[in-house]
Amino acid sequence: MPAPQTSESVTKPVPTPAALFLGFSRVGLSGFGGVLPWARRLLVETEGWLSAEEFNVLLGLCQFLPGPNVVNLAVAVGVRFCGWRGAVAGAVGLMLGPFLVALVLGVLYGLYGELPAVQSMLHGITLVGAGLIIAMGIRMGLNVKNRLIYLPFAAAAFVAIALLNWPLPAVMLGGAALTIAMSWWRLSQEAKACRS
Amino acid sequence: MPILIELFVSFFLVAFVSFGGASAVIPELYRIAVTEHAWMDARTFTELFAIAQAAPGPNVLIVTLIGQHVDGWLGAFLATLGMCLPMSLLVGLLFKHWDKLQHWRGRAAIQLGVAPLAVGLVLASGTLIAHSAAPSLIGVLLLVLTVVINLRTKLHPLWLILLGGVLGLSGLV
Repeated sequence: MPAPQTSESVTKPVPTPAALFLGFSRVGLSGFGGVLPWARRLLVETEGWLSAEEFNVLLGLCQFLPGPNVVNLAVAVGVRFCGWRGAVAGAVGLMLGPFLVALVLGVLYGLYGELPAVQSMLHGITLVGAGLIIAMGIRMGLNVKNRLIYLPFAAAAFVAIALLNWPLPAVMLGGAALTIAMSWWRLSQEAKACRS
Repeated sequence: MPILIELFVSFFLVAFVSFGGASAVIPELYRIAVTEHAWMDARTFTELFAIAQAAPGPNVLIVTLIGQHVDGWLGAFLATLGMCLPMSLLVGLLFKHWDKLQHWRGRAAIQLGVAPLAVGLVLASGTLIAHSAAPSLIGVLLLVLTVVINLRTKLHPLWLILLGGVLGLSGLV
């Protein structure tokens, strides 16, 4: 439970843009299959820039918005400490290393992608990658609150995209209008129940 | 439209619906790259996905690789920028007001409402990628094994990716 405005230790280090750049560079390059745990380790454990609570609050902001969550997190942390310069330092630090690695791999793929050995290797990795994504989806599903009420919507979105091939933006926006209206209504009911 | 602008605009727009990150919108990335613009065939898309999974860094690298395949490093840069920019700007703007928004009912409502949809999208992404790879029976077992190991143990995903590569080379999957 986030409790903002708790008293922090007085001597908490404040990073410079350069420190943000270097810190997030490490996070980006160590993150195989999921960068968030590494970001938490850097921010909360190694450098102590954020308390666990502050981390959760900022993560909430990033998960509230669409887009790559870790990039959002790097921007949020950067803005918090150094304004726009910090945001750019954090996001560029996070992305630069992986971006260059991806470019090199992409070039190698262009050169050797037609080789049967490379193709069969990538075929195997595709299946593992699909498995990792499905596992991530299951983990996210287990974290959903009031599962009996909300998970049917997950199932509906799955059917619409995977089986019916409906356009994703329409499913997402239409679905969100419905589920947000519902959760809003449920929250107001709860608030009323609390008051009476 | 020049292809570089097309790359930027396509991914810029996808960013607005990518609740759950890049992994959630793989079907849409596929639709853009393969179906709509015919930038690549289905096999290439799946292989770029595999490379993005094997590389270190955020899942958004699939977008980088699509961009590079289309138009070299500049394409890679513009595609990645398009995907990251909209919400980075919004984070920068919302950040200052986040403390107030924390207690706004709409914030909780959006977070609660969007989460299950993201779950459905992510699961659909994994399923569609697996389906497009057309695995053998052993391949399906590899996928199920990956899911179980990843959920039940702390084994580093890199080992599973290595296993996938080796099994792929063996031609069994």
